[in-house]
This record gives sequence, C-alpha cells and structure tokens, in this order.
Amino acid sequence: MAFLTDRKRAAGTGSAKSGTEHHWHMIVTSCALAILVPLFVFTFGSALGGTYEETIAYYSRPWPAIIAALTVLVGMIHYRAGVQTLIEDYVHGDLGKVLIIGAICLSYLLAAAGLFAIVRLAL
Amino acid sequence: MADVNRGNRPLSPHMTIYRPQWTSMTSILTRITGNALIVGSILIIWWFIAAATGPEAYARANGVITSWFGDIVMFLSVWALWYHMAFGIRHLIWDSGHMLDVERSETYAQAAIIVATLLTIFTAVVL
Repeated sequence: MAFLTDRKRAAGTGSAKSGTEHHWHMIVTSCALAILVPLFVFTFGSALGGTYEETIAYYSRPWPAIIAALTVLVGMIHYRAGVQTLIEDYVHGDLGKVLIIGAICLSYLLAAAGLFAIVRLAL
Repeated sequence: MADVNRGNRPLSPHMTIYRPQWTSMTSILTRITGNALIVGSILIIWWFIAAATGPEAYARANGVITSWFGDIVMFLSVWALWYHMAFGIRHLIWDSGHMLDVERSETYAQAAIIVATLLTIFTAVVL
C-alpha cells in the first residue's frame, strides 16, 4: 500500500513522470505539419521526376528548400513520438525498449540525412 | 483511499468480440497510415541524398521513385498522408472538447475518407 493521495500522484505527473508533455508535443508538431505537409507535397511533387539540373536549380531557391527542411525535421520529431506510442502499446519489456531506441535513432538518422542533403542542394 | 482500485481497472474491449465501427476502424487506420509513412519518407530522403551526391545517384533514385513500383508507393503514401492529416485534425478538434458525440464522430470519419481520397486524386492529377 502506497501512502500517496490522488492529489500527490497528480502533482508527480503520473507513472511516466512527464505528465502531458508527450501529448502536447504531438499537438504542436501536428499543427505545424498541417501547414507544412500541403506545401511540401506540391513543391516536392513538382520537382520529383525532373532532370538533375532542374532539381538542383529548384532546391537552390529559398522557399522550396526551407519547406523541405522544416517538413523533414518536424515530420521526424512527430514520427519519433508517434512510433514510440505504437511500440509501447504492442511490445513490452526489454524488446519494447530496444525497438523504441531503434525507431527513435532511425528518426534522428533520417532527419540528419535529409537536412544535410537539403542544405547541400540549397547552398 | 488512493489505491482502492489498483490492478482491477476495466480492460480495453478485445478486438475479436468487438463489432467494427467507423470510429474504431478509422482510428486504427490513422495509426497504420502514420507509421507506414516511414516507407515513403525513407524513399524521399534517399532521393534528396542522391540529388546532393551527383547526377548518376540522382538518376538512380529518381528512376526508382518514378518507376511503377515507386508510383504505387508514392500514390499510397499521398493517400496515407492526406488521410492521416484529416484524422490528425479530428484529434485536435477532439482535444478542444468538440465533436465528441458518436453521431458526429461517424459523420466526420466518413467525410474525412472522402476528402482524403478526393485530395489524393487531385494531387495525382496536378503533379
């Protein structure tokens, strides 16, 4: 029997000890993506399939490059939080932890790779 | 008495005895589309890396993404993207305390599938 009151447990921000922070980050990133995704779909879509020279010229322009960089970065932050919830729901114990670490590292890798490529194209 | 119900809380309904509804099916599809989008993301980031590497690498990546296989992945990804966005916005509406009744949730679910499909067709036609 734990001698904790409900009030005290709520103040301790729950069993995860981070309160609603995860959910709040999902709200913030999804609001950002609701604006970024349509912009990215139509800028990236018009570049896809073009020649090498066309693509280089297109992503040397500021806004296509900025939209792509933001979409990759915010998208991967959003994915990191989303995939963590997915794994937490279905896989438990050590395997769950390993999968969460692996998936989070994948999202960091994709964010870094995407940003590096976009910066190199743009400059 | 803070710990009266510890370990004896109600459990989620088991999928095999649970009648599929618009709300539950669209909810699970939101999760599936969101996580499946990693495939399209990897392809697109590979395309950017290839473009930053040089003409031969770009030709290879661009060829794969615009092949019939790449077209299928991209078309499904676009649908998944619009669908996930439509239902992500539903979560934002729910979080603000609106549209929580069953009837309007089901109407939104059906409308969002139609909107996502129309947006996908629009995207495929325009691009």
